[in-house]
Amino acid sequence: MEAQQHTASKDHATLADTFNRDEPRVDWHDKTLWFVRQKRDKAAWQIPEWEHLRETASQIKHNVLANLHHYLLSFEQQAQQNGVTVHWAANAEEHNQIVHSIIQKTGITRVVKSKSMLTEECHLNDYLQAQGIDVVDTDLGERIVQLANEPPSHIVLPCIHWKKEEIGELFHKHLGTPEGNSDPQFLTAAARVHLRERFMTSPIAITGVNFAIAETGEVVVCTNEGNADLGVQLSDVHIACMGIEKLIPERKHLGVFLRLLARSATGQPITTYSSHFRKPRPGQHMHIVLVDNGRSERLGSDDFRNALKCIRCGACMNTCPVYRRSGGHSYHYAIAGPIGSILAPALDMKKNADLPFASTLCGSCSNVCPVKIDIHDQLYKWRQVLAKDGYVGSTKKNGMKGMAFVLSHPRIYRISGSVGRWVSRHMPFLVSNSLNPWAKQREMPTAPKQSFGEWYRTNKRKA
Amino acid sequence: MVSHKQTQSMSSREKILATIKQNQPPAAPLPSLALSDLAPVAPGFDAVQKFTTVLQGIGGSIVEVKNWDQIHAHLSAQFPSPARIINLIPEIHLGDSLNALSAKPHTLEDVNLAVIKGQFGVAENSAIWITDTDMGDRALPFICEHLALVIRASSIVNTMHHAYERIHTGYAFGTFLAGPSKTADIEQSLVLGAHGAKTLTVFLLP
Repeated sequence: MEAQQHTASKDHATLADTFNRDEPRVDWHDKTLWFVRQKRDKAAWQIPEWEHLRETASQIKHNVLANLHHYLLSFEQQAQQNGVTVHWAANAEEHNQIVHSIIQKTGITRVVKSKSMLTEECHLNDYLQAQGIDVVDTDLGERIVQLANEPPSHIVLPCIHWKKEEIGELFHKHLGTPEGNSDPQFLTAAARVHLRERFMTSPIAITGVNFAIAETGEVVVCTNEGNADLGVQLSDVHIACMGIEKLIPERKHLGVFLRLLARSATGQPITTYSSHFRKPRPGQHMHIVLVDNGRSERLGSDDFRNALKCIRCGACMNTCPVYRRSGGHSYHYAIAGPIGSILAPALDMKKNADLPFASTLCGSCSNVCPVKIDIHDQLYKWRQVLAKDGYVGSTKKNGMKGMAFVLSHPRIYRISGSVGRWVSRHMPFLVSNSLNPWAKQREMPTAPKQSFGEWYRTNKRKA
Repeated sequence: MVSHKQTQSMSSREKILATIKQNQPPAAPLPSLALSDLAPVAPGFDAVQKFTTVLQGIGGSIVEVKNWDQIHAHLSAQFPSPARIINLIPEIHLGDSLNALSAKPHTLEDVNLAVIKGQFGVAENSAIWITDTDMGDRALPFICEHLALVIRASSIVNTMHHAYERIHTGYAFGTFLAGPSKTADIEQSLVLGAHGAKTLTVFLLP
């Protein structure tokens, strides 16, 4: 996709810089996501046992990781007994080939797809389109970014970076809605009509998976729009794509996860539809594709294993001060924000070496995570791994080395402090210029004449 | 005969499972799901009251009725002829049953109203559990323009934990359905009626 290719070569700081050129838009983006974060808070505060739920969810996921081999075998066996065909894909490429070969056997080229971050991770749409398959994303937000030839900028709110006037223009161009109409109610109704036609004429439906139950072999898909259900129930072939970490042990554990998921994501008590697909409808074929793509390797890492607990709610993005002000596309990976920044380097360290640095390490992400992933600790640990393996740029490395030298020599620390203060008071242009990355979108404060150390020594004598 | 592709995916399966076995962290027990910890009941908690408030909050309507005839009266006034109604509840003498239809779910596209019996409700999120046997056709609750679900007030449980205690294996497809279909993808403006039913009316029988 154009936007993906375009962004692939630039790092987070450069892309964030572009996003930050339009200040009112950054403020609007920031406020919109903070509003979602506040809705999450309101929903969580209504549940006195919320913290206990988070801890329970985290422990269940821990048990899953410790028994993944057993749970996968059990899931496969149960699913097969339910009449479902189970496939295994070692990587993105194999996943795309499997999905394509299922489609190819039917001889059909019209496909509807509901939201699946895994298929974004694997770039399935690009692959299928190159093979002549006409695949339409049916989630409204995903359809909007698909029409615009862009990847989603948020895992739950794919077009959160788009203004309604721009969507109105996009729909005017692609769906023929009247020019200048940007009423969300009207535009949603237009998309309903447009996509209903696709649902009625697409015999193949691809969905993601929110949870897969080892005990029963069923998969659970959650949506508000009903697009996954409508697609599957009107299709002859249902293909559900999932990462191997989506398993949970027993159906009763859904009670914990379904209470946490929507409240963490949007502040809703539950999504409109939480559908449990156990057996295909009579005459229908159901396939489940289990995808590894680096997950089994990561399982062996004590430091980074916990990222596999993620249930893709997006709460860490909505709360992140860097995500809110830099936009999802600045992360140049299918999953943006704090969780994306710890998932991406495991897939490609070189390409994603900038992402763990796109954080203030404030820890807000870890505080809202419904499965208690230590996101900000992992960001910090990734920085160390990246520096050790030589993936950190020389500016940052030399800066850090210089900093370490100054901080470990008290005399030099004092001298450089007083020089720095003098320079920033008398020659501020040396500090606040375009060569200093800290002065971008910020005004440097006026430095005091005296450091705290100097003040303390003077006043200690007085006392 | 085993094709080349199958052999390859067999080897992916073996490879993935072997790596997982080697990399699994030490065993960790499953936590307790004791209701006293996960779903403590607040003093004065009223499940029906909670269900009603939450349902209205997410855009659904609730109608408390005394008997089936009141549901009939309500719906026939709201959906006068020639509305296409599919009613799966024999106690309500209204519209067509599914038996009259062909096997193709696409023929349900012009259904104005579907009337379905729900198995039970959940107070904390106003979700109602329905399965393929309740739906007649699995597409019906999603493709109809308007949806009416009927449950007994006494069937409402407090939380999702209680809900899963009531669910047993006997279904091929089941869904928790909470409110009408909706989206807020355009600038976080809530719009009811994305792809599924535009409205949901829940009838509460004693």
